Amino acid sequence: MYAYDHYDQAMVDARVAEFRDQCERRLAGKLTEDQFKPLRLMNGLYLQLHAYMLRVAIPYGTLNAPQMRALADIAEKYDRGYGHFTTRQNIQYNWIKLEDAPDILADLAKVEMHAIQTSGNCIRNISSDHFAGAAADEVADPRPYAELLRQWSSFHPEFSYLPRKFKICVIASESDRAAMRLHDIGIRIVERDGALGAQFYVGGGMGRTPMIAPLIRDFVPLDQLVTYSEACLRVYNRYGRRDNKYKARIKILVHELGAEEYTRQVEEEFAHLLDQGVEPPLAELERIKGYFADPAFDAADVEPDRSDPDFAVWLDHNTHAHKIPGYVSAIVSLKPVGGIPGDATAEQMRVLAELAQEYSFDELRVMHTQNVVLPHVAKADLQAVWQRLNEAGMGTPNADLMGDIIACPGLDYCSLANARSIPIAQRISERFAANGKEAALGELKLKISGCINACGHHHTGHIGILGVDRKGTENYQLLLGGSEAEDTSLAKITGPGFDEHGIVDAVETAADVYLREREHGERFLDTYRRIGMAPFKEALYG
Amino acid sequence: MILVTGNDLKTGAVTWWTGHGWSTAIEDAVDVGQAGDAIIAAEEAARRVNVPYLIEAEHGPDGAPRPAHIKERMRALGPTVRPDLTLKPNDVDAIRNVV
Repeated sequence: MYAYDHYDQAMVDARVAEFRDQCERRLAGKLTEDQFKPLRLMNGLYLQLHAYMLRVAIPYGTLNAPQMRALADIAEKYDRGYGHFTTRQNIQYNWIKLEDAPDILADLAKVEMHAIQTSGNCIRNISSDHFAGAAADEVADPRPYAELLRQWSSFHPEFSYLPRKFKICVIASESDRAAMRLHDIGIRIVERDGALGAQFYVGGGMGRTPMIAPLIRDFVPLDQLVTYSEACLRVYNRYGRRDNKYKARIKILVHELGAEEYTRQVEEEFAHLLDQGVEPPLAELERIKGYFADPAFDAADVEPDRSDPDFAVWLDHNTHAHKIPGYVSAIVSLKPVGGIPGDATAEQMRVLAELAQEYSFDELRVMHTQNVVLPHVAKADLQAVWQRLNEAGMGTPNADLMGDIIACPGLDYCSLANARSIPIAQRISERFAANGKEAALGELKLKISGCINACGHHHTGHIGILGVDRKGTENYQLLLGGSEAEDTSLAKITGPGFDEHGIVDAVETAADVYLREREHGERFLDTYRRIGMAPFKEALYG
Repeated sequence: MILVTGNDLKTGAVTWWTGHGWSTAIEDAVDVGQAGDAIIAAEEAARRVNVPYLIEAEHGPDGAPRPAHIKERMRALGPTVRPDLTLKPNDVDAIRNVV
């Protein structure tokens, strides 16, 4: 994985020193909150419902064992012993003291991490496929391209005050495991006639106005990747709406201009930029690629012993094909039955670090589904890994099943939320563990947001839940039919909402309709697409 | 009743105006009546509390202030999904009173 050079380290260290001074001035009363707020947000420090919250960037979700250990140490030393992995492959701490924030950033800098650009109207942490570099179906490892764009977008002076926040995703396979088309820019690395290039999808997003990004360029040569990105951003920075926060995202600009006109303007800007020296030399990309060279894979292709039925179930659900036959990627569930999706204790983080070091070439990935991946595990080591995960409460065999629920922090932590998300996830997880239907349902992606900002990706759940405030009471809308995979679609609301108990029953009702109506091999989403909303509405509302 | 609340500058903790200072316990909060704006102006100038603001509340069953909105009741207690991290970890009714 990428390692800082002295420029990277110097920039991060300088930012720590700068923020330390800003915090000291704020604590001494020399800065007002109005003056300080944009400064702390530039360093990922929010003020949430109960305390300051720090969001730490995990570039394209990749980290190593020392970094995971540092995250555990921060959870223990400065927070309350845990962290929350987010739908953008980051980690958040919920109980941070302002006076500790500079020390935390200094501790992060020691392991080449930071919280820069995890808030504000700038280019945020770039996300990617959590199986990058391991997946059997990728045409290339997408992370060098994500890293190149990370370097380009870090402290980019022209894009530090965009109309609104900006999220980029890079993948390199037909399968989309990163919700690529729900990003402001979604890039898919593709191969054409033996050459690699990039497809550009622009103007996707969730939030109050969900949009699936249209394809605006089918092939950008890799030696023009940064220049084309810059052109996309320039047109947005120039014409994106700054008068209305709710219409300021690029998806609104692309929608209002139309994809064709937006593309025309981007192409015009791109032509202008081509001879402006924006693009770094290809040698720089090659240098970065060097950091992502395959580790020394040498394990024999030995099928694991499936005689333990619990282990066999875990193998079936929580492992993913690797490009090297003797290996798999193992999905570590942070969704125990009745647990808080995405939360991990310091102790669990240390277990993950140990496992990464011992069994996965020192690598870990954070998934946007709020789980963690050990990307390169030899098949012969899987049983040992599974046993250690089980001992640490991270061996639940539920990847992509009903219990693998994405849930935003909701009203339990978030000052923007209208309703709680986590308790709903907990009750649904418990319900389906108790009724034994989870295995029969198969792949079913349930996603819960506590407000219209959609951090819980409810628009793209096979089943989505949106918490709203109805006259001071929590109410939950049910949505069906979304997908953030390569068959991207947006879910539709079924009808009137439910209270916190009714929504759990409603999810079970929808699941029962699927079990009754499904045809051979169909997932929940397939059945919904075939039979439509009507049978579900009939069952839900009569 | 009208309460003044905010977040402590140093810790970010939810805090309530007691009539002569700030407390993390909503039981210590006082009805500020018409004086809220003046208190906010003075406290903003003192820069001990982030963005103080007014909320509506009523007297709860135990006589303590009970915010009208669930979000403020949540702020007053802590996350309902982690009773151990709330201000009343041993009070089994505390979460029920929030929601």
